[in-house]
Amino acid sequence: MDIFLQQLVNGLVQGSIYALVALGYTMVYGIIELVNFAHGEVVMVGALVSLSVIQRLADRGLSGWGVIAAGILVSIPACMALGFAIERVAYRPLRRAPRLAPLISAIGVSIALQQLAALIWGRNFLHYPEVVARTPFHLGGAVITEVQLVILATAALLMAGLWFLVQRTRLGRAMRATAQNPAVAGLMGVDVDRIIATTFLIGSALAAVAGTLVGTYYNVGNHTMGFLLGMKAFTAAVLGGIGNLQGAMLGGLLLGVIENLGAGYLGNLTGGVIGSNYSDVLSFLMLVAVLVLRPSGLLGERSAEKV
Amino acid sequence: MKLGRRGWLLGAALLLALPLLTDLGLGRSWVRLLDFALLYTMLALGLNIVVGYAGLLDLGYVAFYAVGAYLYAILASPQFALHWPLWALLPVGALVAASVGALLGAPTLGLRGDYLAIVTMGFGEIIRIFMRNLTPLTGGPAGIDGIDALAVGSFSFADTHRLLGWSLPGLYSYYFLFLALTALIVLMSRRLEDSRIGRAWAAIREDEVAARSMGLNTRNLKLLAFSMGATFGGISGVLFAGFQGFVSPESFTMGESVMILCMVVLGGMGHIYGVILGALLLAILPEAFRPLAQLQQSALGQVWLDPANLRMLLFAIALVAVMVLRPEGLWPSPVRRRELHTPRGGEPGPGDDGDSDDEGADGELPAAAGGATP
Repeated sequence: MDIFLQQLVNGLVQGSIYALVALGYTMVYGIIELVNFAHGEVVMVGALVSLSVIQRLADRGLSGWGVIAAGILVSIPACMALGFAIERVAYRPLRRAPRLAPLISAIGVSIALQQLAALIWGRNFLHYPEVVARTPFHLGGAVITEVQLVILATAALLMAGLWFLVQRTRLGRAMRATAQNPAVAGLMGVDVDRIIATTFLIGSALAAVAGTLVGTYYNVGNHTMGFLLGMKAFTAAVLGGIGNLQGAMLGGLLLGVIENLGAGYLGNLTGGVIGSNYSDVLSFLMLVAVLVLRPSGLLGERSAEKV
Repeated sequence: MKLGRRGWLLGAALLLALPLLTDLGLGRSWVRLLDFALLYTMLALGLNIVVGYAGLLDLGYVAFYAVGAYLYAILASPQFALHWPLWALLPVGALVAASVGALLGAPTLGLRGDYLAIVTMGFGEIIRIFMRNLTPLTGGPAGIDGIDALAVGSFSFADTHRLLGWSLPGLYSYYFLFLALTALIVLMSRRLEDSRIGRAWAAIREDEVAARSMGLNTRNLKLLAFSMGATFGGISGVLFAGFQGFVSPESFTMGESVMILCMVVLGGMGHIYGVILGALLLAILPEAFRPLAQLQQSALGQVWLDPANLRMLLFAIALVAVMVLRPEGLWPSPVRRRELHTPRGGEPGPGDDGDSDDEGADGELPAAAGGATP
């Protein structure tokens, strides 16, 4: 039971990071129906930018959380600029092209960012300086650290903010209108190009925060870290129903919990044949299973393809 | 391409003499490179069926290459003291790769193309996890060594043979074997392109909804294209394992998949000769980058820009640039060029699908709507 509770806590923490990244995928997909392969790489850039900032500030006697906040504050504009540039250079010219074109362009951007990061930060795994103490709190048998609590709180806050933005503001209404039908939204006076660019900006800002949180949580960063994270966040988005914001949040949390429970029990269940190093396989199988059983996801509507 | 009879003969003679010319002009290591270039050409032609003909994006193509390679490595090496002959392993490799392709394609091909792309990308990574962790079977991160050389009967391609008083190194024999197989794949691709199936693929690529309403079973046709591409990948993998003599997970990275995709896209999706050009260009290119490291070492005393990184970076940028600036590639088929460069009045073009129609409309709207936006 203790293992269960502990893995549940770990799963929720990891899942809330997945959810933040999944929101980026799902927002872009909702509006221009494109799987933004480069999104995982934007997270990676966010993580490495804030890593550089945190390294610079680590030994100056500043408060740990202040240093991390500084990292986030620098990486957000960096990622937003990156996301904006990606949309402008690689996706916007292809909005009218056959569907294969933006996908190929997206994978190109993704690989280009990985290689650029390798040139800038090197190919080795970089270590985050431990600027915050890992004070454990006991929670009825499970242990939760301060870092985990902050991650949960940050993610919850951001998701609530995003929900407010999309459901209650003028910008959010324009975004929802564009997602439903860009042509008609344009007729109603929505500047569609600007809304799409804004969507990329918001998604990238969330990615920057997620990247920093992931780095602080696991204490390592590398130019390849965005790939698996992106894959899993996409799985979370599909699990929840791609294009659906609440779905991405739910899918992220669910995937995190499933994966951690899997990692905790896989070894015992299979008598040590399949260990926790296969937990990545588990989330991939989840993706395939969702696509087979319910491609519209948990909260997605079953919609026929538009003609 | 209209080549006279004399042109064909000249081309054939040149292809046959190429290893000798390369050997004399550039050295033995370039003959080896030539062999690899032909392997990549086979891979690129296989992927071309999937991406170029049927318009499906496979981002983990190298996984099928890996399946073929590991199959040969396991069944023809001291690993389990098994030494199956090549003529048995080629069809088995093709069959296993095709089955894996069908297994992977079946759940996703009924859905939008994006899902296939992401699932294949994930599979490419997953298979590497298996290669690394299933140590008893795959040798783990170290891979499998001492694989049997490709051989037919008592004729081993790796040995030096004597032919009419000439000594023929193994690299030459491999060249001729790979050349023959490449020619076979070119022939198959050409026949496929103009067949009923090939036409159906083109229809699906251009407009899936229209194709379906014409009575085509789009799901099965896509599955066929995907599995056929996987088959060629598997065959190339078998050849690769026998040629190289060892396999390890490092040969089958995401980067390789992207490089093969880049060969197809850069050369010209759907155009056999364009794809061959792309494959040869990109297979030879790494060699051109090699001096770059030495140059940096001598000029700056340190390697600042890793050539391998730089190469991948250029491939990736090329993918984006080709899509944005010249979607038909370097050497497109005449049909493709016309499709992509019709005068504006002809909208919607044959390449547009349903969705881009409304998106096409909003491309023009913001100018008019601009004044009304707050």
